[in-house]
Amino acid sequence: MNTASAPSVPNPLAGAMTTGAISIRNVTKVYDPGGVNVLAVEDCSLEIAPGEVCMIVGPSGCGKTTLLNAIAGFHSITSGQIDLDGEMLCGPSKPLADQGADRVVVFQNGALFPWKTLVDNVAYGPVVQGTMTKTEARDKAVEMLVEAGLSNVAGKYPGEVSSGMARRAEIVRALINNPKVLLLDEPYRAMDGLTKSIMHESLLEVYDRTKVTIFFITHDLEEAIFLGDRVIVMTTRPARTKKIVDVKIERPRDYRLLSSEEFRVLVEETKEAVHEEAVKAFEAGERELA
Amino acid sequence: MSDQGVTGQGPSGLYLFFYKTKKSLKTPMPYLAFVGIGLWLLTYFLLNEYWKVFPFYKLPGPVEVVTEWISSDPIWGTSLFTEDYYINIWVSCRRIFISFVLATGLGVPLGLFMGWSRKFKDYTFPVLETLRPIPILAWVPLAIVMFAGFETPIIFLATLASFFVTALNTMLGVESIDESYFRAAGCLGSKRRHVFIHVVVPGSLPFIFTGLQISIGVGWFSLVAAEMISGDFGLGYMIMASYMVNKYTTMVMAMLTLGFVGWITSAMVRAAGNRMMQWREKALGQGGA
Repeated sequence: MNTASAPSVPNPLAGAMTTGAISIRNVTKVYDPGGVNVLAVEDCSLEIAPGEVCMIVGPSGCGKTTLLNAIAGFHSITSGQIDLDGEMLCGPSKPLADQGADRVVVFQNGALFPWKTLVDNVAYGPVVQGTMTKTEARDKAVEMLVEAGLSNVAGKYPGEVSSGMARRAEIVRALINNPKVLLLDEPYRAMDGLTKSIMHESLLEVYDRTKVTIFFITHDLEEAIFLGDRVIVMTTRPARTKKIVDVKIERPRDYRLLSSEEFRVLVEETKEAVHEEAVKAFEAGERELA
Repeated sequence: MSDQGVTGQGPSGLYLFFYKTKKSLKTPMPYLAFVGIGLWLLTYFLLNEYWKVFPFYKLPGPVEVVTEWISSDPIWGTSLFTEDYYINIWVSCRRIFISFVLATGLGVPLGLFMGWSRKFKDYTFPVLETLRPIPILAWVPLAIVMFAGFETPIIFLATLASFFVTALNTMLGVESIDESYFRAAGCLGSKRRHVFIHVVVPGSLPFIFTGLQISIGVGWFSLVAAEMISGDFGLGYMIMASYMVNKYTTMVMAMLTLGFVGWITSAMVRAAGNRMMQWREKALGQGGA
């Protein structure tokens, strides 16, 4: 539903819609802190289409982040294979994926470099990759920050701006690299409801413009349904896909959707599946794993 | 920083300095410092000259020291108006400068590499940890045997003490950097050298400068110890030489001078740190405002 119905207006990032397919096949991840094997992810398979907004929900510590870390190349996998656009990222012969700017992560607690201004943070990627000169990158960074409504704070350090602005700048820092996939690890977790809804709308706006594939981890079911094309409910550890909820709500979406019947039904449907797993996870009472 | 002029608001540069000075004069803080010094001098005076409490009456009194200090014809031969006072200050400052530059130039890179590369740390850390606890005074004979003259052994000793502090703090600084900055740098396409320049170095600066402040203090400590044992000039030498010939007034003068000069050097290091870490200053300023 996502690529086929894409509008036919000329897109400056043409081609972005046909790339960014993630194929996760039978992935298993075993951690062994202190000689005790912990099965974080077991035989997990998931196909994400190019340009899809794929929301991953599940109880705390269920292994969602493990999956994201495997895609980003922060952690190895024990078995299985992950492909990006048909090319292997990690698999049996190469358990740890290379880190690269085609899959940029936006972190839970934010990871803008506090010692660089927002402009320099955004310009960082293209400069180190050598795709732009420093001046070009800064010009482009300023342009993109202005577009994201951050013109007043472009020259400030992350510590001087609100967390909402910082997170928005972090997404700009990811997008300047024209990534195939945006990996978001509960980026809005610590925010209040109002800020969160502003962040959601701005993310949707970014998505409608770029149609970049989004892999988004969250605890917040309303967030998941409001943003996603599909919501993947994971089981408690070891993580597997428990239920896939298709969100067939038209884009562009705005906050009015939140009070619609259609939306409420989907939330209820998802909540049941998540709640069941949350209870299991709570009863198991295990410590969260990174 | 060209964009800063466009988007930054409020005073900056010299204006900001004046603004902050003016604002701070309206708080009790700067006056408390004077009151503190005054109280200290008063206590010194009462114990020493007025009540003559044991053992304080044995010290040269504050009136005596200050009179001697500002006298153009000092009884014991040294005051603000004599050349050798300044020679001693100058010699000590020059030694501190050389050893601080050496210790920083060697200690910071060593600490950065130790924090950054696990392998490098495995090679170097045990050696560093074995040498570090050896008190600087224990190095004195070795320094005299190894180096000729007065200058080199003293600089060696002061450098050594500062070096360990700087290297260790720098290493801890790198280790304190949040893992997510390394990951962010990685997924933005950084090569190893970019990570070093853009994450490791700036991320460890707060710890480095904490280390440098301790390092310059330790530097003074070792310098004076070394000058007292083997020296021809310098504040440490001045203290020891005055003691030998019972010039206690000059001795206390040298001690107070030392304290004052040491304070100034620490303040200079602090100022340099604040200048290099404006991102931190600004973020902290926001939180406190």
